Amino acid sequence: MDFSFTPEQQELKKQARAWLAGRYPLDRDFDAPGDDAWAELAELGWLGVSVAEDEGGTGLGFLEEAILFEELAYALYPGPYLGTIGLALPWLGADERRAVAAGEARWSAEVRGFVPWLGSVDRVVVDGSAYEARGEELPTVDPSRPLGRLEHGDGTPLPGSRDVARARAAIACEAVGVAQRALELGIEHARTREQFGKPIGVYQAVSHALSDTYADVELARSLAYWAAWCVAEGDEQAAVAAAAAKAFATEAAVTACERSIQVHGGTGFTWEHPLHRFYKRALWLEGFGARPAQLRAEVADAVLGAAVTA
Amino acid sequence: MDLRDTPDEAAFRAELRGWLEASLPEEKRGWRGGSQRFDDAFGREWSRKLFEGGYAGLTWPKEYGGAGAPYSYQAIFLEEMARAQAPPHVGVIGLGMAGPTIMVHGTEEQKQAHLAKILSAEEIWCQGFSEPDAGSDLAAVRTRMERRGDVFVVNGQKVWSSFAHIADWCIIVGLGDPDAPKYKGLTYMMIDMRSPGVEVRPLRQITGEAEFNEIFFTDVEVPASNLLGEEGQGWQVAMTTLLHERGTLGFALTAALEVAVNKLLDLARERVNGDELARGRVAQEWIELQALRYTNYRALTTYQRTGIPGPEGSVAKLRWSEQNQRLTKLGRELLGPEGLLDDGWWHYQQLRSRGNTIEAGTSEVLRNIIAERVLDLPRSR
Repeated sequence: MDFSFTPEQQELKKQARAWLAGRYPLDRDFDAPGDDAWAELAELGWLGVSVAEDEGGTGLGFLEEAILFEELAYALYPGPYLGTIGLALPWLGADERRAVAAGEARWSAEVRGFVPWLGSVDRVVVDGSAYEARGEELPTVDPSRPLGRLEHGDGTPLPGSRDVARARAAIACEAVGVAQRALELGIEHARTREQFGKPIGVYQAVSHALSDTYADVELARSLAYWAAWCVAEGDEQAAVAAAAAKAFATEAAVTACERSIQVHGGTGFTWEHPLHRFYKRALWLEGFGARPAQLRAEVADAVLGAAVTA
Repeated sequence: MDLRDTPDEAAFRAELRGWLEASLPEEKRGWRGGSQRFDDAFGREWSRKLFEGGYAGLTWPKEYGGAGAPYSYQAIFLEEMARAQAPPHVGVIGLGMAGPTIMVHGTEEQKQAHLAKILSAEEIWCQGFSEPDAGSDLAAVRTRMERRGDVFVVNGQKVWSSFAHIADWCIIVGLGDPDAPKYKGLTYMMIDMRSPGVEVRPLRQITGEAEFNEIFFTDVEVPASNLLGEEGQGWQVAMTTLLHERGTLGFALTAALEVAVNKLLDLARERVNGDELARGRVAQEWIELQALRYTNYRALTTYQRTGIPGPEGSVAKLRWSEQNQRLTKLGRELLGPEGLLDDGWWHYQQLRSRGNTIEAGTSEVLRNIIAERVLDLPRSR
């Protein structure tokens, strides 16, 4: 039993953290139109992580992608990485994968009637067929993640298959990245903000809220990495692990942001402070696809057996 | 990353599972915990069996009678014990606290005298740390340890000491030098519980039974050779004990939680077939059990790699205690009106769980530890 990342994977995490901190700093203008740096991601090899080397990828696996999902969310990256790598990739054939790895195609998929990033991707997967990305795009709680209603034209069949567990594990890893950042912002504020002559972190009403967030984040991380490993290995527990991870980690991310806003006081409630951007991303992650209550119903079916309805 | 057992681990697990199947009588499964730990004569007999099977002190070095196995074996042991619903070794304080402390701070003589007997359950140990006025604030202990030549004379009162009424020995922290600055006046020693002047009084809890005891020391003479560490080093020695208490505690707690979650799943299958909300709450308990299990695995991997417990481990006790309280209450609730009856399990477990957030570090202290040592927030005192 070994539950840790390899030195190479840890190095990838470190490099991703550093590159994203420079390219997507926290003091950037979040209200300016988003720039998805797609060519740079291709250059970094992040778009072909699990694409085979003879298809122009790096031939690694989902664990490396899981690391990137977490780090991209930690930096609140705005582009359609989740759409392309998390939702669409398992459906694609060799030619499409080659185009993805080369940074020549952005993809998304229809999930419960909605297509995230519909206005900014090239193609969309619906039930095993590819469609041109056309239709009305609607703003959501997270401005960097609009949802669209696809106008179905003529579909082209795709050779791959659906991988719900993979998409959910990816979202769980994103949630861990968001929760971790919200926790760190809260800690930083509690260390430096002084009231009554002391940093507010000395007050247990403040510090204990952050300790609780830390506990939530670590539990969420364990579930997200477990799910990611199950997906990477094709383990038989992948479905239940991913459902558990998405339910727990997205709720943990929402709570982490809410506690962090409270710890920040009035500052945390301002438009100027970046915290609300993380909060909105967390709400999006919780609500996209199956919500926690639906996921728990799936977990219940798995561990209790399906309910017999009268 | 590979969450499967290695071939060696898998072989150990299979062998242990077979051994438990063959060695544990059917009627002794379904361990309830609490006072059953010491009132059932089977406890010592079973502990002896575990020792003879080579399963006591798996991670202890071979020179002290252990198996010298990696910590993952201890984790597998606890998982399989939970799966078989087997009673644990009765010497938990000796195995988890006194033994490791003696290994680190004891003299060769002390090691020879006690370590093997802890493993075989010939010696049962208890712990005398808390006092009526020193709970979370361990450094405030007042039990006096006064040196008179080759002996220390001990006077004072300890509290919340499980196993004291059947224990042969006690590890105890007291005040050697009342004039020294806090933390520097403490002394740590081993006391023979049959010494004249030691009196044990059981403490009845909200469950109605007495798991804990008060221990009164009146002019108890303890040979200086029973000191662990030097005079005045009591704080450092006590930290060794508490570090070990937290070390594999996560796995022991998660193993116990798994038994409770499995009971909850059985109950839910019988009682809440169509109720989606109740099913969701039960599923949440299963999910959080997995979260704790895999957090333990991460902490264990860090520990095996670096020899230092990972920060994730500090979460285990905090969240286990809260979850056990929540899920035992849910069990009572799912029983409906019958949840008021003493059913021998949920009724007892729900009341007992209220102690979980207090014993072995209150939740408030654990949140302070996370805030100060893990998150590096400014100290509150």
